[in-house]
Amino acid sequence: MDHSFPQKVLEHLFSFIDSNKDRNAISLVSKSWYEIERRSRKKIFIGNCYAVSPTTVIKRFPELRSITLKGKPHFADFNLVPDGWGGYVYTWIEAMAVSVPLLEEIRLKRMVVTDESLELIAKSFKNFKVLVLISCEGFSTDGLEAIASNCRNLKELNLQESEVEDLSGDWLCYFPDSYTSLVSLNISCLNNEVNLSALEALLGRCPNLQTLCLNHAVPLDKLPSLLSQCPQLVELGTGVYSTEEMHPDVLSSLITAFSGCKQLKSLSGFWNVLPSYLPALYPICSRLTSLNLSYAIIQSSDIVKLIGQCPNLLRLWVLDYIEDVGLEAVAASCKDLQELRVFPSDPSCLELNNALTERGLVSVFKGCPKLQSVLYFCRQMSNAALSAIAQIRPNLTRFRLCILEPHTPDYLTLQPLDSGFGAIVEHCKDLQRLSLSGLLTDRVFEYIGTHAKKLEMLSVAFAGDSDLGLHYVLSGCENLRKLEIRDCPFGDEALLANAAKLETMRSLWMSSCSVSYGACKLLGQKMPKLNVEVIDESGPPDSRPDSCPVEKLYIYRSIAGPRLDMPGFVWTMGDDSSRKLELDVAGVEAQFRNL
Amino acid sequence: MEFKATELRLGLPGTEEKENKIMNLSVKNNKRQLPQTSEESVSISKVSNDQQVESSSAAPPSKAKIVGWPPIRSYRKNSLQEAEVGGIFVKVSMDGAPYLRKIDLRIYGGYPELLKALETMFKLTIGEYSEREGYKGSEYAPTYEDKDGDWMLVGDVPWDTFYFICSMFATSCKRLRIMKGAEARGLGCGV
Repeated sequence: MDHSFPQKVLEHLFSFIDSNKDRNAISLVSKSWYEIERRSRKKIFIGNCYAVSPTTVIKRFPELRSITLKGKPHFADFNLVPDGWGGYVYTWIEAMAVSVPLLEEIRLKRMVVTDESLELIAKSFKNFKVLVLISCEGFSTDGLEAIASNCRNLKELNLQESEVEDLSGDWLCYFPDSYTSLVSLNISCLNNEVNLSALEALLGRCPNLQTLCLNHAVPLDKLPSLLSQCPQLVELGTGVYSTEEMHPDVLSSLITAFSGCKQLKSLSGFWNVLPSYLPALYPICSRLTSLNLSYAIIQSSDIVKLIGQCPNLLRLWVLDYIEDVGLEAVAASCKDLQELRVFPSDPSCLELNNALTERGLVSVFKGCPKLQSVLYFCRQMSNAALSAIAQIRPNLTRFRLCILEPHTPDYLTLQPLDSGFGAIVEHCKDLQRLSLSGLLTDRVFEYIGTHAKKLEMLSVAFAGDSDLGLHYVLSGCENLRKLEIRDCPFGDEALLANAAKLETMRSLWMSSCSVSYGACKLLGQKMPKLNVEVIDESGPPDSRPDSCPVEKLYIYRSIAGPRLDMPGFVWTMGDDSSRKLELDVAGVEAQFRNL
Repeated sequence: MEFKATELRLGLPGTEEKENKIMNLSVKNNKRQLPQTSEESVSISKVSNDQQVESSSAAPPSKAKIVGWPPIRSYRKNSLQEAEVGGIFVKVSMDGAPYLRKIDLRIYGGYPELLKALETMFKLTIGEYSEREGYKGSEYAPTYEDKDGDWMLVGDVPWDTFYFICSMFATSCKRLRIMKGAEARGLGCGV
């Protein structure tokens, strides 16, 4: 027992500490600190829903009010994880419905959420406030009806990028007239029309509404009347931003509506833009800190006209229509820019579209001293450009470069891009996240292992020559938490030699590499605290020789043991084949429950 | 390392294919009849089917799609397709220019506006269209691919018809190609 501070004082002190990282650190100081901390923790973040069981979490943190869970591996975003893999939230909801009735917030990413789960949430948590479903799937507007009807204290409903079966736009009508507490609504992922009069009425009676992200089915001529109901908005996602033909009166009502939104700082949406409507935004441009034009098919000149009036932009997402010339304009106008994402407008296009090159990227780095987070899709890159970037901007924390064609070398020297990326990791000492592309040898991994000491997440595709590459990363990157690799010639040696490292990481994904089934089995046997899951849609791996490479491999640390809800194409490597049979049976049962 | 391994080319490494120096390539392997020289007589509106000539650019074999590459969320891919719905998008290329532009025809009320926009985009002069002489006086001739895959001079048909033709092909983005020099002249010659 810690006698220097009474428990009550410590509790009070801990109540000021919010971040999960800090709280985790506190809990390791002593047994009594662990106890005090766990009894007072309200928010928990679980980066891998299979790393721990719901019961363990609930038992440890009885005062839980807010939970964040992530399910599928990141590469699921790119269709590399087959359907039915897992990530079901139902067992968590079920457990919390019983033991955590005061739960207020659920935030999920890449999980399968059924209508049943939503209905259970709706009826189990009387004080439920926040539901955030990012890149989730498995539910329909029926589930939303349940949420709308029952959650009297709901503040946030965010369905960002989820796949929702849109059965009816009337689910919005299920918010009762007495319901007024909405602060944030994001329905941009819905495909069909929502009931607009219900929406307008909802907006009108919720004075605290700050975020509204509409879907593309909301016509532009309805936007002014919607906005007039909530002029206090801080963040807006428009619906479709065009009409069949340009109507001057729509333009003028838009101008009036936007001018009325004095707090508006963030804009997104802009599906299908008719450029003649962009001037409606000019009155508010100077206040904008975040602009997402990444669905807007508009020419560089129109983008430039808009951005030229946004000197306070912190975040810009845009398509490659912006071109180098547009990025130069960004560099000139947006001196506070912190985050830039440039997406490809036509990723499958074989024709070279060289109006956006590495030059645009370099000019933004040159002009924007605070730029620290970048995602950039392009068709050409050079070591010189990467080195220049590294030296101009050592404060870079997130750098994701995607050269569209795999194995593309430095277009000037035809050399691999090893030295360019090497410069990045050498100079940018706070780099936390890195995605590589282009022609790369084992050398780049040597640089990464040597210099990228703060790196937490690394994404690799079509790179490297041998196991040495993987070994450099696993043995050198001290803070590595997530590693995802596809189509690289990495095999058994590096993996087995660095088995212990895997327990210090959240997860490792390897697909289309050269890891053999035998090595997976060995790893599974050696490392009981790891779940080594083999994904193979071509049939059971033990019907082939042990030396055959597995299709996909997902390794993650877990204190929950092997999961029970695996589909037929996922096998956990364990030490006991009879146990495997038990798990197989349990897995099938669990699957039926989740349907 | 073999030079060939680092050679910049289209398609997956390990696949052999013709080198492609011309930028405006068609993925679809459409038959494109282009006039070989300006001496050949062509009808004002259409290059005759007899003149099957070897196109100066060899269309590459269609690329095998790599699953999950480039790394773009399906949500985004689907949304971009959605964004195109309602718009009438046409890809515009110019011989010799290493880039393409995508334009929405709905923005333009007629040929004069369209041509003006093209002139601005590609920094050239196309001039005025005449039925007899096409774009005589200009080095450039804007052409479009009709439903039979033939290259037609922009302006041959009334604007509404042109607009309609372009809007008909909902699934694939139509092509506009600004031809230069001899080819342009060949297409634009009077009867």
